[in-house]
Amino acid sequence: MTTTTRSLVVVTAGLSEPSSSLLLGDRLAAAVERHLRESGLEPRVEVIELRAHAVDLANQMLTGFPSPSLQSALDAASAADGVIAISPIFSGSYNGLFKSFWDAVDRDSFRAKPVLIAATGGSPRHSLAVEHAIRPLFAYLRAAVVPTGVYAATEDWGQGGLATDGSLVERIDRAAAELAVAMAARRSAGPQDAYADPTPFEDLLRR
Amino acid sequence: MQFGVFTVGDVTPDPTTGHTVSEEERIRIMVRVAVKAEEVGLDVFATGEHHNVPFVPSSPTTMLGYIAAKTSRLQLSTATTLITTNDPVKIAEDYAMLQHLADGRVDLMMGRGNMGPVYPWFGQDLRNAIPLAIENYDLLRRLWREDVVDWEGKFRTPLTGFTATPRPLDGVPPFVWHGSIRSPEIAEQAAYYGDGFFHNNIFWPSSHVRRMVELYRRRFEHYGHGPADQAIVGLGGHVFMRKNSQDAIREFRPYFDKAPVYGGAMPLEDYMAQTPMTIGSPQQVIDRTLSFREFVGDYQRQLFIADHAGLPLTTVLEQMDILGAEVIPVLRREFEALRPANVPVGPPLHPRVAAAEATVAGSPAVLAETTA
Repeated sequence: MTTTTRSLVVVTAGLSEPSSSLLLGDRLAAAVERHLRESGLEPRVEVIELRAHAVDLANQMLTGFPSPSLQSALDAASAADGVIAISPIFSGSYNGLFKSFWDAVDRDSFRAKPVLIAATGGSPRHSLAVEHAIRPLFAYLRAAVVPTGVYAATEDWGQGGLATDGSLVERIDRAAAELAVAMAARRSAGPQDAYADPTPFEDLLRR
Repeated sequence: MQFGVFTVGDVTPDPTTGHTVSEEERIRIMVRVAVKAEEVGLDVFATGEHHNVPFVPSSPTTMLGYIAAKTSRLQLSTATTLITTNDPVKIAEDYAMLQHLADGRVDLMMGRGNMGPVYPWFGQDLRNAIPLAIENYDLLRRLWREDVVDWEGKFRTPLTGFTATPRPLDGVPPFVWHGSIRSPEIAEQAAYYGDGFFHNNIFWPSSHVRRMVELYRRRFEHYGHGPADQAIVGLGGHVFMRKNSQDAIREFRPYFDKAPVYGGAMPLEDYMAQTPMTIGSPQQVIDRTLSFREFVGDYQRQLFIADHAGLPLTTVLEQMDILGAEVIPVLRREFEALRPANVPVGPPLHPRVAAAEATVAGSPAVLAETTA
């Protein structure tokens, strides 16, 4: 990868088709791409719809190992320069599908990774679930979550396309700009491979 | 190459009858499986060590000492010995004692256990699992190799002028394997000491097993124990056989569906496709097992799960008969034909066992048998 390329992975836990979570993810990704291009960077975007991995995630919980397609989704998220994570809000929090994916990722690969958190719901009354539920999950992963979390209630999709203060369009653009800045500053080191490059035993013995 | 069986010692209801054996019966079944292993011509029996229900084998050397008296040729081993929560001083003494009683037919495999609360129950902290495995094993090695040990570490009281007793048989410590499914530190540890590395090869796809074994082999060479292809590798495996593969699948499916380690997940067919598990005809088991060397290289020990998941003893013994009569003889011949001359034929044996084997192998009766 050249230093002018940035990989962006969108992870959405939307369940219905069409999905408003995927719709929000597409809008966020497009805005991040635009900001990256404005900074002279070439975005490379991959969208992971967790719905396709639902059965594999359940199997992984029981057997302990991921299927090949789930493994490639996990690898893509681990290797990304930036991640957009979106869940529908169920029962006041992210849904179970969303949580089961983040339970399966390699925590160390998320250290200081730029992440944009977002959620969708039927009512604006669940908007703080982004801050109270999703943000702490990524605090556990030690990710660098951008300040603006984006919540889109059903009624937000009827506001029109104007970037007026506080509108969904304005919040999408603000969050995307924050993620693009963080991704631009990130040096693409890639995750360390403990199998290719193990800690020498003398170091383990001295600990 | 050595072939054998390993057992976890679970007490699981038979899902086809609802019958659950008593602990006493389960322990007797484990012993019967070990004796049967020798009867059908297998080389190794290895027992797990657990300190939580529904498992019975909490005291491996007690069981292996009893089996030693009932067998004459079988190699006695573990899968695994808990190097984390056992005192390394007690491991050193228990297994040296077992060596004396079993005329050297002993090796053992280090592991870290499978259940978190066992650590606090034995006064340890799960978060120290890897550091415990490293410090305890380093002490264990010294206790077997040095007559008088002065030692100080983090996890047990210091030792001054301590001699583990009895000393290893003829001064030769048991060969040690290190078992790990996914911790690179353990592959690194096995490589550092030039010990064996064992992958259970049951729960994870072969692509992962390959990475662990590759790491071990590369680092074995790095630490100067010899070329990577001469490192000592062992694999587990899970098979169930009937003459007709559809019969094997039909008979085994209820056990798979309810087994504590697999149960309730994907269908048996998917699990077989994603892992090295083979349920089918003896020929399918032969073909699949021979294919293991394609992803780990030529290796020295193959263990199969025998008794588990509530399978009745009669079924387990039938499976071992098939292994001994139809599978292992072919595997021995095929693996031996494929093995390059510079690759060790098996793991290091105690000199007494090696001498006994050489005597038997050189006797006219056995030579006639192998050429027949």
